[in-house]
Amino acid sequence: MTPGLLTDRHRYWLLILPALAVMIIFYIWPLVNILGISVTEPEPGLGNYALLAESRPIQTSFIITFRVAAITTVFCLVLGYIVSYAIYNASKRGVGLMVALVLLPFWISVLIRSFSWIVLLGRSGLVNDALMGMGLIDRPLRLMHNEFGVLIAMVHVMLPFAVLPIMANMKGIDRSFVNAARGLGASEWTAFWQVYFPQTKPGVLSAALLVFVLSLGFYITPALLGGGRVLMISEYITYQIQEFLKWGTGTMLSVTLLVATGVVILAAARFVNLRRAFLERG
Amino acid sequence: MSNSVLSVRNAVKRYGPVRALDDVSLEIGDGEFLTLLGPSGSGKTTLLTAIAGFTELDSGSLSLRGTDITGQTPDKRNFGMVFQGYALFPNMTVAGNIAFPLKVRKWNSSDINTRVAECLALVQMEKYADRLPSQLSGGQQQRVALARALSFRPSVLLLDEPLSALDKKLRADLQWELKDLHRQLGVTFIYVTHDQDEALSMSDRIVILKDGSIQQIGGPGELYNAPRTPFVADFLGKSNFIEAEVTGGAPGAVQCAAGGESFTVASAAAPATGSRRKLALRPERVRIGAPGAEAFTGQVRQLSYLGERAHVIVTHPGLGEILVSCPTWKAGITPEPGLGVSFGWDSDACVFLEDA
Ligand SMILES: Nc1ncnc2c1ncn2[C@@H]1O[C@H](COP(=O)(O)OP(=O)(O)O)[C@@H](O)[C@H]1O
Ligand SMILES: [Mg+2]
Repeated sequence: MTPGLLTDRHRYWLLILPALAVMIIFYIWPLVNILGISVTEPEPGLGNYALLAESRPIQTSFIITFRVAAITTVFCLVLGYIVSYAIYNASKRGVGLMVALVLLPFWISVLIRSFSWIVLLGRSGLVNDALMGMGLIDRPLRLMHNEFGVLIAMVHVMLPFAVLPIMANMKGIDRSFVNAARGLGASEWTAFWQVYFPQTKPGVLSAALLVFVLSLGFYITPALLGGGRVLMISEYITYQIQEFLKWGTGTMLSVTLLVATGVVILAAARFVNLRRAFLERG
Repeated sequence: MSNSVLSVRNAVKRYGPVRALDDVSLEIGDGEFLTLLGPSGSGKTTLLTAIAGFTELDSGSLSLRGTDITGQTPDKRNFGMVFQGYALFPNMTVAGNIAFPLKVRKWNSSDINTRVAECLALVQMEKYADRLPSQLSGGQQQRVALARALSFRPSVLLLDEPLSALDKKLRADLQWELKDLHRQLGVTFIYVTHDQDEALSMSDRIVILKDGSIQQIGGPGELYNAPRTPFVADFLGKSNFIEAEVTGGAPGAVQCAAGGESFTVASAAAPATGSRRKLALRPERVRIGAPGAEAFTGQVRQLSYLGERAHVIVTHPGLGEILVSCPTWKAGITPEPGLGVSFGWDSDACVFLEDA
């Protein structure tokens, strides 16, 4: 190795040093502290972690969290796939506009988007008013403060995260594959299912992982639309710390969620090229 | 044509202001090797994909053995097609790709296995059955695409520039293989290329396209020796063009004058005396010799040595620059630039062109 190369390398380290420092001071260090608190508060030991096996509410919260994340993922994949497919098979002029519409929600805060759903789904919200006005129902439906409401808003918030990886994947697939299949005698469905769909699997798996992992730790939307009745784990943690000042339980749950998420990602790594899923966005 | 398999009648396809196909009519004979030749953008792919069913015509019709297929979807037409980029399915092995058309036709698995093995043997790819397309070289992918397109024994095989992505040596080898396959199988080949040498060496008939319309159809020899328009004369090989005035004569021996010289053209049709016509003259039909040996006198302007042939540009005060292509072993002289030479040609070397 020449000395010149060495100094080059050092210079690159200097470039990332500020970011690294910020990460260590504001992210890694607090995380270590959280881990520390979870095994020291209120008394040293693994008492907090024993709650995972003992506490009914904690178990329920984890089940709800995984269930909501899973259902959200399934709906986002189906809707996201259809949207992406439509975008790439629409006329060329429409593509830009449709991609812009997919990205538009990113410019509006999640808080606002979630509140909008409250306006729509509330007891005297737009949907209920309209349905009653049309005489289809005579009492307002319970559209929120339950898992149904949370799911609607979650799917809405997460949809772009499903569309983007699938779209990036579809962009790379040449039209000629489907044409070739058709020319060789395949029906439209067979050409899609046996030739097109298999090539979009990496995008679908990336989308699934991204949406599922983001959903696991999501706070604002479930908190607002669940109205305290759909306690996903992030909200549960907030309660422990803010209302009951149980730092031990709260931090233990945080660590557990982190580990659970890590396990999901590691398991997914067997099927998904993580580098491509998270780093190389098309 | 009596044994026509496929006919295209008055096909028109527009893309905005562009006429990709401008009233194209064509009969394709059973078992024929027909080549669509033309520069890039001349409508070759459009015509081929219209035949395959991927491109819908604005007007015109297609029929297969007398049955109208204009509105039929590609999967019903039963043509084999080799795409420009091969379009091998990346998620299937070589064998899987070749089996695909058989699976969609619901063949039973033992028949599929037999046929796939046959097809692999046909293109000498037996050893690669379990590879993925991404693990093959360009030439091998080309062979697999061919095997896949032939596996269901289509009566017509459509090929869109199948060799254009390959290097020169491999291209030459595959040209022979394709010709052999054609002879062996008796399938009708409709072959698209922009490479005139490829077209000349492989085809039974060549269709020359320009701006979406057919310029001329004919066998390679016919097109080469009797081009009808300047475009065809220039696109298939090289040509000298001479503006001549018809001064008299009769069919078989038409008298012409150009650039202060006069000469005879052995043309079956005699244009009217006094008319001005364009003549095409192939460089290899021009002889070059020592001063006085041939009819006209000129001066060598440039010489380029091409191995087995040499190209000499001779200037003549009236005729301008004449390109001469002569075998290097026969030249007899070393035509240095500036050297005075004589040149001439046989009376059947010049061809009258239509104005186009
Ligand atoms: N899908 C399309 N949209 C717009 N123009 C097209 C399309 N396909 C072909 N063309 C135009 O039609 C003409 C013929 O194209 P093509 O058949 O691909 O030519 P070739 O295969 O001979 O190169 C070209 O001018 C091309 O730009
Ligand atoms: Mg083309």
